[in-house]
This record gives sequence, structure tokens and C-alpha cells, in this order.
Amino acid sequence: MINLSHFLILGAILFCLGLTGFVVNRKNLINLLMCVELLLLAVNFNLIAFSNSLNDISGQVFVFFILTVAAAEAAIGLAILMVFYRHKHTIAVAELDELKG
Amino acid sequence: MYLSTFFANATPALPEIALLSMTCIVLLADLFFSRLCPRIPYYLTQLALLGVICLSLCALNKPQTSAFFGMFMADPLSSLLNVFICLTSLFSFLYARSFLEETKMPLGEYYTLGLFSVLGMMLMVSSQNFLPLFLGLELQSLPLYAMIALRRSSGIASEAAMKYFIMGSLASAMLLYGISLLYGVTHSLSISEAAIIFSQGTATHNTVFACALVFIIAGIAFKFGAAPFHAWAPDVYQGAPSIVTLFLGSAPKIAMLGFTFKFLVQAMPTLQTQWQLFFIILAVLSMALGNIVAVVQTNFKRMLAYSSISHMGYMLLGLISGTQAGYAAATFYIIAYAFMTLAGFAMIALLSKAGVEAESIKDFQGLNYKHPWLAFLVMVVMFSMAGVPPTIGFFAKLSVLQALVQVDLVWLAALALIFSVIGAYYYIAVIKTMYFDQPEKSTPFPTLPLDATIAISVNGLLLLILGLFPSGLIELCNKVFL
Repeated sequence: MINLSHFLILGAILFCLGLTGFVVNRKNLINLLMCVELLLLAVNFNLIAFSNSLNDISGQVFVFFILTVAAAEAAIGLAILMVFYRHKHTIAVAELDELKG
Repeated sequence: MYLSTFFANATPALPEIALLSMTCIVLLADLFFSRLCPRIPYYLTQLALLGVICLSLCALNKPQTSAFFGMFMADPLSSLLNVFICLTSLFSFLYARSFLEETKMPLGEYYTLGLFSVLGMMLMVSSQNFLPLFLGLELQSLPLYAMIALRRSSGIASEAAMKYFIMGSLASAMLLYGISLLYGVTHSLSISEAAIIFSQGTATHNTVFACALVFIIAGIAFKFGAAPFHAWAPDVYQGAPSIVTLFLGSAPKIAMLGFTFKFLVQAMPTLQTQWQLFFIILAVLSMALGNIVAVVQTNFKRMLAYSSISHMGYMLLGLISGTQAGYAAATFYIIAYAFMTLAGFAMIALLSKAGVEAESIKDFQGLNYKHPWLAFLVMVVMFSMAGVPPTIGFFAKLSVLQALVQVDLVWLAALALIFSVIGAYYYIAVIKTMYFDQPEKSTPFPTLPLDATIAISVNGLLLLILGLFPSGLIELCNKVFL
């Protein structure tokens, strides 16, 4: 029988995968954007699981807002990525190295 | 019928609604009238902010009222924070105008994005439900990402925008994860209902709640730029155009404090012992790292970024004490800090020549010989940041430390004092560079725009006057927590 804790563990695994992607990935900035999406989807998973088990609709409403915000965030992220690419001619994470100290 | 009750119900949100309408007007005016009068978005923006300041001042003495089915609440604290969010934004937009025109950055876009961000900040301090709270946070940060990248000719600006975007979305995701767990614990997204559940004391001793608290505090620390979640701050402060840095370093911090109050003070008033330890760690690390690393910086913007990390540490000390006086002290501190940081970055923007920013400490060499008044103002700002007496920074630090001593955290107060002595070194080094080093000969002094010069004088003198007569502002901060 699948119960609430299984959903929460799956959400936690997804969140950890997203975080790992942040730390491990050195090659591609688009991968980072995908990791952000994965983090937000893990949150959605949690909210829906709780919403279902608490029999309360507001968690599901929250999910719709998160999906919308995630889309807006991805749009801005990709726009910044374009500006970045025009300067560096690459989208490698390792190229984010001009500012340090 | 339904619509009329809706609008009667919406009066507490009048400042926000007014700002939203004005933002849309600015957007349209920029589209249709910018050929006739290129400055029209600027004038309308300042008009909008002045209006919102007046509306929030009127609401300052009213008792708390909620709107939109309890999702929104205007209380004296949110009105006070709204006033200062708008006031600091007004100053930052004023400093920005001449720089925007000089470097041919898009004027209308800067002001519309800025106004949307201000709207998000106002939502952050007045929402009474986790959903609009989160939407306010995103509305605050998304325009900021775009504003940093607004100077498209600058490579480091795009890098800074990318870093801020990645770190900001990571912070939002962590906060959201915390909120989702909190939703499972409290069975509701409403802050008032969460407070009722927590006051019963049953929901707080499980692992889910502990995880929620850790993620929420990590998200908050990220957004404040407190160590060990500070890594983005120096890069972003340095890479962003200084007219954007002065905006993102001042008003969002005030809003973030209001946001933190929503979580810690309004939703979890009884759980102070549980979150206190996290904040002690954050505060000590921020004060230590911020002050020590700032000493070796040669870039003025980077130095101010590390100084902001240390200031966030001091501000958190007020939260740690967990008393009304402590919260009032934190509010006073963040307001004082916002004005100091505004003046600091405004100097960099003002002294820029032909679009090249005066961001190295060397650029301030011998400033006293070229422009004694500006040098004096920088000195006031530096003394205020260091916390030297007749300035506001002294009273900000004093009230925070006082609140700590009152709850018997004397060791923490002593530690804070030691770090502020270390901090005094690099602030005074800037003053030494201005007054005792000879200026480089070949560089001509840039012509200063009149409005920004008046604004920076008002801003600098405000630090001094509020330092000489701090009681009004301190009383105001105390009153909103009663």
C-alpha cells in the first residue's frame, strides 16, 4: 500500500537529485536551469501529496502558482543565458569566473 | 454586488493597488510618450512612489485590518516597512537617472522593472498567507535578475545576473520546500492558522517540522546574503551596474526582514527557542566572515558587499534576542543599513566617468582635494557603517546589542563588538585614502548632476541627523511591535 510517506520520500529524492545536479554539474548552464525545475517539481510533489492526505484543496492551488512562476523564471533565465552567451560564446558553468576574490 | 463588496474589502491594500495601477501607466507611457519626453517614465515613477509613501503614512496609525479573505493584512509594521521600502527605492531611482542617460541604458525598462520589484516587496511585508508571500518574493526577485543584465554591453553584468539568478532560484526552491513541509505540519497555508496550531504545541516535535524549519531558514539566509549562504553577494554587487546594486542592496533587505517576521514572529511565536540557535550560527559566521574578508578587498563595491554580509549578521542579532525590543532594534538596524548602503553605492555611480564606474578604492584617492563636500559625505557614510557615535549606525548597533544584553546573551554582544572593531579598520582605510593620499593628476573630475547631488547630500546628512536625534525613529520602530 502506498501511503503519504512514500510520496514524501520520492519528493525528497527528487529534491536531492536537483541539489546534486547543482553541485556536480560543471559543463552546462542549461543543466542548472533543469535542476531548478526539478527542485520545484519536488516541491509540487510534496504539496500534492499533503493536499491529498489532508483533504485540503489549497495545496493544489499552490502547485498551479508554482508551475506558472517556474515558467516565468525559466523565461528570464534563458534570456540572461542569451546575453551571457553573446559575451562568452559558451554556456559552460566554468566560464562564470570573471568575478571572484 | 459581489464586486462592490470586493472593493470595499480591498481598502487595506490601497497602497499596493495604487502602485500596480501606476506601474501599468508607466509601462504604457514609456511605450507611447517616450519620444516626446524621454524622461516621462522617471517622473511618473517618482510620482507613484511619493503617492504610495503618503498612502502608507496615512495607514501607519490604523489598527490591523485584513483583506482578500484573510490573505492580506495591513498592520502598523507593514505600513512602516512599506514607507521605507518606497523611500529607499525613490532615492535609488533618483541616483539612477543620470547614469542611465549617460550610458544609454533603457530608462523605461529600468523603472518599470524597479516598480514591479517594489510591488513584490510590499506584498512580502503585508501577506498573511504563504501563497501570496511566495508570489511577492518571486515578484521581487524576477525583475531584479533582469535589471542586473540590463547593461547588455557589460560582460561581468551578464555573469553577475546569471549567478544571482541561479542562487536566487535555488533559495526560492529551498524556501518552497520548507513551506510545503510546513503545510503538511500545520494543515493550512494561512499564517494565522499556523500560529494557532503551533501555540497548541503538538505539531512541533517531529522531524518534518525540523526539516521545514531548516529549509526555510536556509532560504531566508540565502536571500539576506548571510554567511554561509553569502557566496553570491560579492560577485553580484560587483558585477551589477552600481545603480542596480544600490537598489538591490537596500529596499529588498527591508522587505526580506518583513518576510522573516511573517515566518518567525507571526507564524511561530512560541518556537523561538527552536530557531534561535540557527540564527546565532548565521549571525556569528556573517559578522566574522564579512568583516575579516572585507579588509583585503581593493574593489570598493566588493568591500561594501562583504560589509553588507557583516551588517546582516548584526541585524540578525536583534532577531535572536526574540523580544519586542529586539525586533524593533532589527527593524531600526535594517532601515539605517538601507540608507547607508544607498549612499555608499550612490557615490560610485556619481563618480563614474563616461560610463566607467569608480569602483576601485583607488578612485577615491585624494577626493578631499577635488570635491571636499563629497569626501565629507563619504566619511559620514563610512563612520556610520563602522558605528562611530554621532551617526545613525552607532545607535543601530547600540540598540541591537542592548536587546542582546537584556536576554543575557552577553557573550554574543561581546563577540559582535570585537568584530565591529575589526570592521572599523577597512572603513577608516577608505577615509584615509580620501583625505591623506594625493590625487592622481591626469583624471578630470566628472560633472555631477544637480538632482543627484542634492539627493546624496540629503541622504548623507540624514545619517548624521538621525544619529543626533534618533529617538523619533526608534520610538516609531518600537511602537509598531506593541
